[in-house]
Amino acid sequence: MSKLIDFQTEPDSYRHWRVEHDGAVARLIMDVDEQGGLFDGYELKLNSYDLGVDIELADIVQRMRFEHPEIGAVVMQSGKDRVFCAGANIKMLGGAPHAHKVNFCKFTNETRNTYENSGAESGQHYLAAVKGACAGGGYELALACDEIYMTDDGTTSVALPEVPLLAVLPGTGGLTRVTDKRKVRRDLADVFCSIEEGIKGKRAKDWRLVDEVIANSKFDEFVASRALEIAQTAKGERQLTGIQLGAIDRSIQNDGSVSYSAVEVEIDRANGIATITISGPNGPPPKDLDELHSLGDQTWMLRLARELDDAMLHLRFNELEAGVVVFKSLGDPELVGAHEKFVFDHIGEDWLSHEICLNWKRVLKRIDMTSRSLVALIENGSCFVGVLAELLFAVDRSYMMEGDFEEDNRPVAAVKLTSANFGPFPMSNDLTRLETRFLGTPEMVGEAHGEVDKLLEAEEAEQLGLVTFAYDDLDWEDEVRIFLEERGSFSPDALTGMEANLRFPGPETMETRIFGRLTAWQNWIFQRPNAVGISGALQRYGTGKRGEYDRKRV
Amino acid sequence: MAELVNVEYDTLIPNNVGLSKDRRVQKALEKWHPGYINWWNDLIPREFQESLVYLRTAVSVDPKGWAKFDYVKMPEYRWGILLAPEVEGRTIPCGEHMGDPAWQEVPGEYRALLQRLIVIQGDTEPGSVEQQRFLGKTAPSLYDMRNLFQVNVEEGRHLWAMVYLLQKYFGRNGREEADDLLRRSSGSEEAPRMLGAFNEETPDWLSFFMFTYFTDRDGKMQLESLAQSGFDPMSRTCRFMLTEEAHHMFVGETGVGRVIERTCQVMKDNGIEDPYDIHKIRALGVIDLPTIQKKLNMHYTLSLDLFGQEVSTNAANAFNAGIKGRYMEHRLTDDHKLTDATYPVTQLENDAIVLKDMPALTAVNMRLRDDYRRDASGGVGRWNKLIAKHGIQFEMILPHESFNREIGVFAKKPFDPDGNLLGETDYNEQVGKWLPNKADGDFIASLMVPCTEPGEYAGWISPPKIGIDNKPGDFEYVKLHMA
Repeated sequence: MSKLIDFQTEPDSYRHWRVEHDGAVARLIMDVDEQGGLFDGYELKLNSYDLGVDIELADIVQRMRFEHPEIGAVVMQSGKDRVFCAGANIKMLGGAPHAHKVNFCKFTNETRNTYENSGAESGQHYLAAVKGACAGGGYELALACDEIYMTDDGTTSVALPEVPLLAVLPGTGGLTRVTDKRKVRRDLADVFCSIEEGIKGKRAKDWRLVDEVIANSKFDEFVASRALEIAQTAKGERQLTGIQLGAIDRSIQNDGSVSYSAVEVEIDRANGIATITISGPNGPPPKDLDELHSLGDQTWMLRLARELDDAMLHLRFNELEAGVVVFKSLGDPELVGAHEKFVFDHIGEDWLSHEICLNWKRVLKRIDMTSRSLVALIENGSCFVGVLAELLFAVDRSYMMEGDFEEDNRPVAAVKLTSANFGPFPMSNDLTRLETRFLGTPEMVGEAHGEVDKLLEAEEAEQLGLVTFAYDDLDWEDEVRIFLEERGSFSPDALTGMEANLRFPGPETMETRIFGRLTAWQNWIFQRPNAVGISGALQRYGTGKRGEYDRKRV
Repeated sequence: MAELVNVEYDTLIPNNVGLSKDRRVQKALEKWHPGYINWWNDLIPREFQESLVYLRTAVSVDPKGWAKFDYVKMPEYRWGILLAPEVEGRTIPCGEHMGDPAWQEVPGEYRALLQRLIVIQGDTEPGSVEQQRFLGKTAPSLYDMRNLFQVNVEEGRHLWAMVYLLQKYFGRNGREEADDLLRRSSGSEEAPRMLGAFNEETPDWLSFFMFTYFTDRDGKMQLESLAQSGFDPMSRTCRFMLTEEAHHMFVGETGVGRVIERTCQVMKDNGIEDPYDIHKIRALGVIDLPTIQKKLNMHYTLSLDLFGQEVSTNAANAFNAGIKGRYMEHRLTDDHKLTDATYPVTQLENDAIVLKDMPALTAVNMRLRDDYRRDASGGVGRWNKLIAKHGIQFEMILPHESFNREIGVFAKKPFDPDGNLLGETDYNEQVGKWLPNKADGDFIASLMVPCTEPGEYAGWISPPKIGIDNKPGDFEYVKLHMA
C-alpha cells in the first residue's frame, strides 16, 4: 500500500456513487464499481466498500452542505438489485496492514458522524431506504442516518454478521448505535449481532432496528413522500444557493513536504516529525455577506479548514512514521480575529457562515482523533487566536516562547481567546476543549473567559493554564529539541494508547463510545490471531476454510 | 418392499419420516398446509383444479413404488414428504469433516449456511409453478397439459420437501422462512422470488420446454450437489427429488425435440431447404429453427446465471463445511477436500477471456457450471440429429458462456454468442439476431391455441413417440372439467 492516497475528489470523478437532486430532496445512490477498488487484489462485489468508496461519500457529504444548502433530505439508497450494501470489503480488510484498517475505520466513522449530525446541525437529514441485503458496514451506513426505512419484500434484511462470519466486530459504530442510538434491548441486540442472516420484515421494526417496514409496492412512494415531508419541514420556504467547492491548492514534493495556500507541511523523516505551519489571512475579512458568498471557498476561514483537513488525512494515511505532529502558525492575530468574528457574527442569519463554523468543528475533531503525538509551538509571529487557539487545547502539549529572542524581530508570541473557545467547537465528549482541560478546576474556564479578546503573552498564558510550558530564549531550543527527541524514542503503540486515554476525559457520549470501543475492542480483535492469524477468520474468509480459534477467553 | 420405505398415510401428509410420531413437526406442517392449498388454488385456473389429471403419485420411494399413475384432481394430489432411504453408516463426503458420520441434526455452526441454501432451493420450486400458471390454457395437447401439471405438482412437492427440512430442523426461524416461501411470488412487485430467472415469465410453450430443459437442469445440478450433503436429511430429500426432476428434463428435451421435428417435417413437406427462409416457414404455422435457437440462447444464459459468481465464498464455505458437494462427488477421485487444489476459471483480463487457475474450493460454482454445460449439451446433440435426419443444414448450439450474462465476470458485457466482445452500439444493433425480440414473441404467441381433443396436437408440434405410462396416442390424459 505504498501508493499515495488522495482524499480530494469531485463529482465528475465518482465511480461508486451518484447524486440526483430534486428540489429539497437529494438521492444518494450507491452503485459501487466492482473493478474500482483503491488497491489491487479484491473486487468490490455486492456494493461493498473500501476507502476509495468512502472518500467519495465524504466528498458528497461535504459538498451537500456547501454546494446544496437547499437540500433538506438525502435519501441513501442502492443502485443495485437485491443488495443495499454488503459492508466493508472483506478481502480488502484481510489484505490490509493493521494501520490501514485502523485508519480506514476511523475515517469511515468520521464520515458517518458527519452525516449523522447533519440533520440536527444543518437541517440536512440523511434517510436510509433499504432494499436488498443490508449487512455489516451496510447496516452501519443506515444506522448513521436519521431514519431507516426497509422494504418488506420477504428477502430484505438488516444484519450485523461480523461476529459469526468474520470473527471481528462491526467497525463503524454498529454495536454502539444499535444500543445507544436505536436503543435495541440488549438481549435482542445479542441475538441480532450473532446471526448471519439478520432480521427482516416486521420484526426488524419491533426490535427497533429500523423505523418503518413498508410493503414493497408502496416503498418508493413512501420514501419519496416521507423525504419530501422531512425536507420541507427542515428547509421551509428558504431559498438557499450554494457555493462551489473547487479543487484545493496543493502540491506535494518528493521530500514529502506539502504546500497549500495557507498550510505548509514539512516532513522530517529522520526524526519522524511533521510540522504543520498555518498562515493567517493576508487581508481583511469580507465586507459583507455578499462578498463572503462570492469569495466562497476562497474565504480564508473555509480555505484553511479544507486544507488543514486534507493535511491531517494525508499525514494519517501517507506518513505513517511521522509520529509527532507539530502545529505552528504565522500571521497577524488581529486579522485572524477579524475573519473569525465576521463568520461568528453571521452564524444566525447566514447558512454559509454557519457551515464554515461547523466545518471547523469537524476539522478540530479530526485533529483530536489523530493518533499522533500532537504538539503546538507558539512562536514569535504566530497567530493562535480563537479557532486557531483551539489547536492549543487539542494538542497533547504546547510550548510557548517567552520574552525577547535574540535576532528575532517578529512580534512577541501571544495567544488570544475569543468566543470560539467557549462553545461552538465541542469535542466528541460534548465539552469544549477548555472545559475538558480544566475538568478538575472548572473555575479556570471562567478565569480564561475573563481574558477574552486580549493578547496574552507567555507568562499570562502559562498562569491561566493555556499552555504547558513557556520558555525563554535561553531554554527554548534545547527544551523543545529534547522533548521531541524523547517523544520519538517511545513506543508508538504506547504513546497512541496513552494519548487517547488522556485526551478524552470527562463524560462519555455516543461518539466517544464509538471511537473508544473501536480503539479498545475492534483494534484489539484486529490484531488477534483469531481474526488475522494465518488461520484466522479474516484471512480465511473467501477461501472456504473456517477460521481456527484459540478457545481461551482473554 | 422394505419396511423403511413405506409411506405413512396416517396423517394428512403422506410421508416416510414418521410424522405421526413427531407431533411437533406434524403440527407445524398442518398449520402450513392450508396456506399451501390456498397458494395452489389461487394459482392454477379454476377449470383445471376441477379436472381429472392422469398423474403420477409417489406412494413409496422404492424403484417400483414411487410412480403410481391415476386420475387425480390436482388440489387432492397427495403432496408428501418423501426421503430416499437412509444409508447405513453414511459419512460426510467432502470438506474438512470428510469421513465423519453424516449429521442427522443441524450442526449449530452451519445453521445459517444450511438454512440459506434450503431457502434458496425452496424458493425456486414454487417459483416455476407461478411462472407457468397460465400455460394450461394454451396447451398444444392433453398430453402436454398433463405433463405441465405433473411438473407443477412435483415442484409443489419439492416445496414441501424443503419446508419439511425447515420446520423439522430450524426451529421458529425455519417456520418463518417456510411461511415466506409462500409469501414471495414470481415477478411480484411486493415480494419477488429470490433468483432472477424465476421472476421471468414463461410466456409460451416453447419457453416452457426450454425452461424445463435448461433451468430445471440447473435445479438438477443443485440437487445433485445437495444430495452430497453431509447433512443427511437434506441428502436424502434431494436424492428423492432427483428421481422426479428427471421427468422434467424429459418433458423439456422431448418438447423442444418435437417442435424441431415438426418444423423440419413441414419444411420438407413444402420443399423448403433454407432454414433462414423465416417468412415462408412461419407462414406454414411452425416455428423456424433460428427462432428456436434464440429461445435456447435466452434460457441457457439465464440458467447459467443461476450458478452464481465463478469465484464464490459461499460456495467454498458450503463445500468445505460438507454442506454441499460437487456433481457426482462420490465418483471423483481427488481428496474431496480441495485444500490445495486448483481449478481453471474463466476470467476477464483487459476484456480478454482467459482461463486462470484458482483455488478449487472457491471455484466450486464454476465447476458445477462446467458440469452443467456438458450435461446440457447432450440433448442439443440429439436435437441436431433430428435436424440432420431431415437433411436440413442447421445446427443448434449452446452460446458462449460470456453471452447475455447478468451475473459473474461477464455480467452486462456486450459479448456475442461466439464469445467475441463487441462495442455497445454494435451489440445493440445485432442482439435481435440472438435473442427473441417482440416480433418473435408475438409470432410464437399467435401459435398458442389450445388443442384439447384426445390424440390431437397443435400444428407447430409433433406428437410424442410414446405415451405416458405407455398409454395409446388418443389417451385422455386430462378429463377437462367443463363448467
